[in-house]
Amino acid sequence: MKLTMIRRDRASRAAMFAAPFIALALTILSSLVLFAVLGKAPGQALYSLLLEPFLSWYAFSEVLLKTAPLLLIAQGLAIGFRANVFNIGAEGQLVIGAIAASALPVWYPQGDVPLMLPAMMVMGALGGMVWAGLAAGLRTRFNANEILVTLMLTLIATQVLNYLLLGPWKDPMGFNFPQSVMFPDAALLPILLPGTRVNVSILIALLASVLAYVLMRHRFSGFQLLVGGLAPRAASYAGFSERRAIWISLLLGGLAAGLAGAAEVAGPLGQLQRSVTSGYGYSAIIVAYLGGLNPLGIVVSAFLMSALAIGGDNAMVSADLPVAAVFVFQGLLLVYYLAALTLIRHRIQVIRPDEKAIP
Amino acid sequence: MNGFDFILAGTLAAATPMLLAALGELVVERSGVLNLGLEGLMAVGAALAFITVYSYDSHAMGFAVAAFGGAALSMVFAAVVLGFAANQVAAGLAIGVLGLGLSSLIGKKFESLTITGLPKLSLPLLSDLPFVGPLFTQDIVVWLTALLAVAIWGVLNHSKLGLIIRAVGENPHAARAIGFPVLRVRCAAIGFGGAMAGVAGAYAATVYTPLWADGMIAGRGWIALALVVFGTWQTGRVVFGALLFGALSLGELAAQAAGIGLPSQVLASIPYAVTILMLAVISSNRRRMRLNTIASLGQPFER
Amino acid sequence: MTPLLSLQGASKRYGGVQANAGIDLNVDSGSIHAILGENGAGKSTLMKLIYGVETPDEGEILWKGAPVRLTSPADARRLGIGMVFQHFSLFETLSVVQNIALIVPGTQADLSRRIRALGDEFGLAVDPAAMVHSLSVGERQRVEIIRCLLLNPELLILDEPTSVLPPQSVARLFDTLRALQAKGMSILFISHKLEEIKELCDTATILRAGRVTGRVDPAAHSAKELATLMIGRPMPPPLHPTPHGVGEARLELVGLDFANDDPFGVSLADLSLTLRAGEIVGIAGISGNGQQELAALVSGEIVPGNADCIRMMGRPVGDLGAAARRQMGFAFVPEDRLGRGAVPEMSLSDNALLTAHGRGLVTRGFISREAERAYTTACIARFDVRTIGPDAEAGALSGGNLQKFIMGREIMLNPKLLLVAQPTWGVDIGAAVDIRQRLVQMRNEGAAILVISEEIEELFEICDRLHVLHQGRLSPSLTTQATTVEQVGAYMIGAGDHSA
Repeated sequence: MKLTMIRRDRASRAAMFAAPFIALALTILSSLVLFAVLGKAPGQALYSLLLEPFLSWYAFSEVLLKTAPLLLIAQGLAIGFRANVFNIGAEGQLVIGAIAASALPVWYPQGDVPLMLPAMMVMGALGGMVWAGLAAGLRTRFNANEILVTLMLTLIATQVLNYLLLGPWKDPMGFNFPQSVMFPDAALLPILLPGTRVNVSILIALLASVLAYVLMRHRFSGFQLLVGGLAPRAASYAGFSERRAIWISLLLGGLAAGLAGAAEVAGPLGQLQRSVTSGYGYSAIIVAYLGGLNPLGIVVSAFLMSALAIGGDNAMVSADLPVAAVFVFQGLLLVYYLAALTLIRHRIQVIRPDEKAIP
Repeated sequence: MNGFDFILAGTLAAATPMLLAALGELVVERSGVLNLGLEGLMAVGAALAFITVYSYDSHAMGFAVAAFGGAALSMVFAAVVLGFAANQVAAGLAIGVLGLGLSSLIGKKFESLTITGLPKLSLPLLSDLPFVGPLFTQDIVVWLTALLAVAIWGVLNHSKLGLIIRAVGENPHAARAIGFPVLRVRCAAIGFGGAMAGVAGAYAATVYTPLWADGMIAGRGWIALALVVFGTWQTGRVVFGALLFGALSLGELAAQAAGIGLPSQVLASIPYAVTILMLAVISSNRRRMRLNTIASLGQPFER
Repeated sequence: MTPLLSLQGASKRYGGVQANAGIDLNVDSGSIHAILGENGAGKSTLMKLIYGVETPDEGEILWKGAPVRLTSPADARRLGIGMVFQHFSLFETLSVVQNIALIVPGTQADLSRRIRALGDEFGLAVDPAAMVHSLSVGERQRVEIIRCLLLNPELLILDEPTSVLPPQSVARLFDTLRALQAKGMSILFISHKLEEIKELCDTATILRAGRVTGRVDPAAHSAKELATLMIGRPMPPPLHPTPHGVGEARLELVGLDFANDDPFGVSLADLSLTLRAGEIVGIAGISGNGQQELAALVSGEIVPGNADCIRMMGRPVGDLGAAARRQMGFAFVPEDRLGRGAVPEMSLSDNALLTAHGRGLVTRGFISREAERAYTTACIARFDVRTIGPDAEAGALSGGNLQKFIMGREIMLNPKLLLVAQPTWGVDIGAAVDIRQRLVQMRNEGAAILVISEEIEELFEICDRLHVLHQGRLSPSLTTQATTVEQVGAYMIGAGDHSA
């Protein structure tokens, strides 16, 4: 018996919807095996992973809180990925956005101006755009590969963060912890759901999703990006500028990540601290792919990934595993998804030795 | 030891992990596949090697286990990009993330334990030379890596196997038309690259700095990827680039030790900034890039 | 006598397409056997079955009477089968001898010596140390042939070998093939050119739509009879449109120089031509002599920078990109349809949007789906595109249908200036005739058309004037009616008088 893949004449919509769920199921299965191998109780892990995030209002609110940055960043990145511009340095753009936004409350810790918060958001967005723009400039001007440049810029951004937190921006009253002063109230995002940490950034992320949907589905400029990603030579044939696509992709990705960084420091963190770089920028890459690079799909995948992150944290803690092991989870998810994606354009056929392929 | 001797003596060892990973990736890319997962593959190799050496006190075994682990994980990558013809950028990132997670999972119990590295061997005569003498006192892996670099250069440029790998990388459809099994060649190349990345991690965690810490690869996998581009896919130039970065990271340590008035974060950023700079300089020569770039790099092959 | 090779009931299917159905074929020792068929008839698939690149779904292959199972080209080569591919299986970044060492055993020094010896014997001279990317198309073909001959095959397959040769070189290739036949080799010669087959081959097996429609002695039948077997009806008569009054200049190249920074590309030097409203000008020549670069320079995909070296509708455009030129009334049908003229994964509707966005398909930056659909539906109907509708993916269309769609999309833009590259590559004869008629009709309505084509007959059929492009240089303008194929052929090998 042999399996072969036969190319479909057209993409299968059913497979497109099924792929992320197939991947999810396989990931959960694999993780259970992994837990069992490591001698942890799979039942407990499964409970922590899948149910706990939804069993208490608090846990659920944390899921929503985490959804916001993942959703926002993934929407920005997906636009670039569809245009074949691989910005994998959203984490760095997030850090620089957070730093830029923090500048205001750090410099004016007593500031009580209503304009403080909007100004921080603008600073954050600009910070992210500048950081991503460096990669865009290097790619369009010097042809330097944006994958490597954005990644290197992320490593540099982390050093910038460390420098500020250990040096000039360290809170003098902070017992030598690497963190800035606590921000004044005027620098904090309003809480959306009273009694939780969920703030308005989830609304910003949803608005960004709507805008991304309109751009990619209804705007001609979005169509141009799609063509550039699917068939670069067709884009050049039609006269769609590649430079423009690179700039748009990276600037939008940087904007989203920078804004997410600003929302982190102005939201749950309330100050600039090292934990602002907690991997949202990397996880968002996986969110973007799992959502099929589709603005609507990404809304679902961001929520799922956030729930999995919360559940994963719980599972790790209850099973005494390092928190970084959640990367195993994310990596598996993407691996399985990419494999399942093949079903959109291919169907699998079983051939028994005595039979010929039936097309 | 003065600063210059320090850099001279340490450059080769500092370059070795990046070079091992870059040489493996060079072969992978020559066959037309881009594996962005080096960082994770190196981390898995590092954790496995450290655990093995800690438990059995055998570096040979540690390196073997790391090579096997790197190759095994890279087979997952191969299955996705070859078997399922998936996007190589995304699949590489996935393997990288998976590898980082696995390494911290298996290495957790071994954090902050110590092992001893490998002794340094001095090449007779050469190590007594004035001025450049310190260069010739290195551990055995450094010397083996040098031999390996020569071997890879020889295979790629002067053997039938090398011709086949290059043919598959340039034009997989033509390679298939004259009868070469494109996917099998690529799969073998990916496995080799994975093993090399595992060994690179092993060197980092059991020889260069004999300890395991989560995140200890610290971007060296990414620099190895960049080295392949700097080297415009030529073995000799990749070696040169790795030495340059080895010297650079040593220079950073020397500068810190000498108490140069720059914050350590600035010094730590220098290799990354230089990577960006070098990428820009090398890539801007479009003619040279076009001559050397692997034509099918990153493109899935379907019949 | 047992045939050297025979196929019995060989069938091969790709997805929904039956490429070969129940093919019976016998190739005798020492014969030159033709496989004749138009584009899409299944000739290339048949050759892949014989060379082991593909395996048949059904049927049997016999070699000297014994059944064989060919699972790879290496199997075929071991039996004594060699193949010269139409789109060569050579590697540009390797040298000639390295390309040969890939499948022929021996040291490179030894192989180099044997390459020279064979070159002398059969008139196939080529420098073993040369890099393949520096070779002309004709030289590359020689490398492919030499690579086969070094393995001493008993059967040599050549897939459309003359499509890359100027007329003079075709005669030389035929001499080489006859010399090989005289040494006892059998040759399987695949072509869609009737005259060549009549001249060279002893036997012809004719394919239509994947099936054998005839086995004949080509010398004993007229071209008309062969054509009827090949396409199922007589060959349509050539068009030869009457000359027509011309108007103002629509495209002028004024001493256009282009130094290509792509080491695998061709540089162009001092190109000059004028194309006027109401005429068709052809660019003849073998691909690889600068055709792609010329097309990209005219289309604006490559911007030379110097504004005055290219003029469209009387205005300098050398510094304008593709979008700006299209806005001036320029349209373009490129030679690669999938991936350049159309996005394979997108629907025909979205592919219409690719270049027709200026026709009310986009309002204030928003795509109008109704307008997009209407344009596409009209294009499908007017240009007889066989498809399930505007939602079909471009990649699912056959070569001829996709070409009709792209041609239709560009013609519906009512361009003042149309550039068409290789209009009938890979297109069946019915569609090719249709495409040529449309071009002539556009000309009669006052459009200016530049056609780049490898098919000399096609250019003679529809063009008012011709230039020949050879090694990046353009011949002077030749009036079609006052020029012979031989004169054009002379320019194609660089023997024409370029200074005239």
